[in-house]
Amino acid sequence: MTVTTAGALPEEIYDVVVVGAGVVGSAIARELARHPLRTAVVEASDDVGDATSKANTAILHTGFDAVPGSLESRLVREGQQRLAAYAAESGIPVEPVGALLVAWDDEQLAALPALADKAERNGYRDARIIGADEVYRREPHLGPGALAALDVPGESIICPWTTTLAYATQAVRAGVDLHLNCRVEGFGRAEELHRLHTARGTVRARYLVNAAGLHSDTVDRALGHHDFTVTPRRGQLLVFDKFARELVHHILLPVPTALGKGVLVAPTVYGNVLLGPTAENRDDRTATHTTAEGIALLREKGRRIVPALLDEEVTTVYAGLRAATEHDDFQIHAHPEQRYVTVGGIRSTGLTASMAIAAYVTELLAGAGLDLGEARDLDPVRMPNLGEAFPRPYQRAELIAADPEYGVLVCHCERVSRGEIRDALAGPVPPASLDGLRRRTRARGGRCQGFYCGAAVRELFVRRAELRG
Amino acid sequence: MTRSERTVDVLIVGAGPAGLTAASRLAGVGAVEVLEREAQTGGIPRHCHLGGFGLRTGPQYARRLTGEAARAGARLRTSVTVTDWAGPRTLDTTGPHGLERITARAVVLATGARERPRSARLVPGTRPAGVLTTGELQQTVHLHGRRPGTRAVVVGAEPVAHSAVRTLLGAGVEVAAMVTDLPHHQAPPTDAADTRLRRGVPLLTRTTVAELLGRGRLSGVAIRHADGREAVIACDTVVFTGDFVPENELPRRGGLLLDPGTRGPTVDPAFRTTGPGVFAAGNLLHGAEPALSAAREGARAAAAVLRHLDGAPWPAEQIPVRAEDPLLWVAPQRISPGSPHHFLLRTAQFLTRAHLVVRQDGRILHHQRLPRTVVPNRSLTISGNWVDRADPRGGTVIFSTEQRST
Repeated sequence: MTVTTAGALPEEIYDVVVVGAGVVGSAIARELARHPLRTAVVEASDDVGDATSKANTAILHTGFDAVPGSLESRLVREGQQRLAAYAAESGIPVEPVGALLVAWDDEQLAALPALADKAERNGYRDARIIGADEVYRREPHLGPGALAALDVPGESIICPWTTTLAYATQAVRAGVDLHLNCRVEGFGRAEELHRLHTARGTVRARYLVNAAGLHSDTVDRALGHHDFTVTPRRGQLLVFDKFARELVHHILLPVPTALGKGVLVAPTVYGNVLLGPTAENRDDRTATHTTAEGIALLREKGRRIVPALLDEEVTTVYAGLRAATEHDDFQIHAHPEQRYVTVGGIRSTGLTASMAIAAYVTELLAGAGLDLGEARDLDPVRMPNLGEAFPRPYQRAELIAADPEYGVLVCHCERVSRGEIRDALAGPVPPASLDGLRRRTRARGGRCQGFYCGAAVRELFVRRAELRG
Repeated sequence: MTRSERTVDVLIVGAGPAGLTAASRLAGVGAVEVLEREAQTGGIPRHCHLGGFGLRTGPQYARRLTGEAARAGARLRTSVTVTDWAGPRTLDTTGPHGLERITARAVVLATGARERPRSARLVPGTRPAGVLTTGELQQTVHLHGRRPGTRAVVVGAEPVAHSAVRTLLGAGVEVAAMVTDLPHHQAPPTDAADTRLRRGVPLLTRTTVAELLGRGRLSGVAIRHADGREAVIACDTVVFTGDFVPENELPRRGGLLLDPGTRGPTVDPAFRTTGPGVFAAGNLLHGAEPALSAAREGARAAAAVLRHLDGAPWPAEQIPVRAEDPLLWVAPQRISPGSPHHFLLRTAQFLTRAHLVVRQDGRILHHQRLPRTVVPNRSLTISGNWVDRADPRGGTVIFSTEQRST
């Protein structure tokens, strides 16, 4: 197992280097790990899934609303099945709550049949239009004025953090090198090898995969391609307290209009309720700050969708950037002459599609001449459960009997035990920050945001770091 | 799932000043058990090294209350978390020794209050390290001996904010400013003068934090004055103080009626909630009062619990009480004519030369002149010697204020 966070990089020549350890890069690394290859992932941040992947709407999509016939449509559909199965096997929390696309005016009402038809053309056959009575029976707290809805029972909510971490953990355990704090600053080629100049030295590889997310176009240009431009699209989201969870039973989607997909209200697997995202095109690829205007807009929209939601406390406010491009589809291109595959323009469906993207990219690499060798099954990975729908350690008598540390709660709002924090700190891909620890355990992520547990959690984290030196 | 089950006479949730004091008073009458989810008993005073506890520091006060409760015979259990209700007076717990289900003849909820964090206050910006509440600040400094940063801004100007300033200065952190959206500080004048004049911490009034700045670590806060002026204060730490909200998860999960003003459970003068046999006391009822007030409530609640254990009937119909804007809340929220008691009252904004008027169905039950200035974030105590005039079958008793020329 090799995860490096500092120091010089190995001298060895890798078969494949993947740039970016988001959900897509990590999925690709995991897929490559099934083959007898030497694979490395280089990641600018100090953690996996630390950019777009950590701050999305956390939905496992059916792909019902993709552009029929697009690569995205195919990969989302395939990816949904793959990830659902993988989640069940590895303990990634998924709740099949279903979605309702609620029509609030005549224009939206008129758009529902076309959406139902589009779902069919995307190979999704369970969508149907339901009347206002049924909508309110299923969502009694919905604001007044809903006319009808498209019921999409196959949509689920998922934990994006555990998904990325499961991929990375399994890849690392299977021999992939993960180099964190390793920003790529330049590209070169010599003797048929890619030479990636990073902040920590040079990495050499025969094949290169660009999964650099918001920076995928920059990497692509450095390699001479001008196929797309990423425009960071900011999405601000509000997370409401767990007490709001009983107000919302489905993912409540707006009917998409010419102006975009709009603001949704959805439960989270952690037992909260999400409201968002905004859609703001930005120039700055680091503009993940929230704004007063964004928060006000979300509150206004949320008040219409589920009025009682606004009486609940807000647990957190965050913003993520999606890698939007001028194209209406994923930008996955192979350049066999360069032994290079670019995986750009992966939008919010990237989480769902990640495993299918990984399989597709692996095929493209083979098509570009990479000898994959015999594929093998990886040792299964079992992730700590962060989901409310499954027994958490504090509820498991047998676990506490075997190890009392699972019975000592440190983070009270999220009911995170000292045992879980200890495990996360000692994990194969350990957290580099308190935020990373939160994404692995939920510690410090609850309604008090550290009033009760912040100092104690930080103490556990700092002591572990001091121990490691 | 194995969950051991047993019964006690009184189960107290929370070993802060209210819970421990109640335990001391009740321990003589039967099996009294106090459940504390933290590793030590004592509640917030554990990490309040400054005044407010008579002649003691917070930790000394916490130890004294703990000793009294233990000597009285109460069973104090730490690192045990109540996770849910399994019946009207039955609670499920998790601790290092496993899962339990405990049924009691009376339950006293004393889970205290916490400060609203930055997120609940909807302060925009980045999400860097260095953003704290006073509770986290005090624990960092006083329980773990770590310095939280080098230069801080304190958001708030109520007594707790001044306490945060003293904790920061004591830990060697420079305090760049205090910021409040209200027109004045809300602390006792001597505390405010001490902070501003002797310690040299400027107070910016009618000012809000518009945005948090910085990646990784906080680099500054953007502030906005009421007249539109904006500025950035460079700092690596910001402490959001005061703005207390009851830790109300258990009462909510138990379906007890909550007061929209306090967000704690509603009670009557005997600290009875809407759940028969379930009492609540201390800062769970009303944001933060000083520890000594919470302890006094614990003692009064204990007396009521004793009457309940002796067979006093649980009241069926009581008269609801509520406060009208600009008053934030009044407690207790239900009364029965006959029992003398007093009310706590909190205002949302400064009131000058105001009169308090209490009405029921339009009829004035009580009116009085309030102190010259009524300050937000600090409670007023109002005598209830007029409650006999309330009609037991009448409507809601409403507290409101009026400006009268004097």
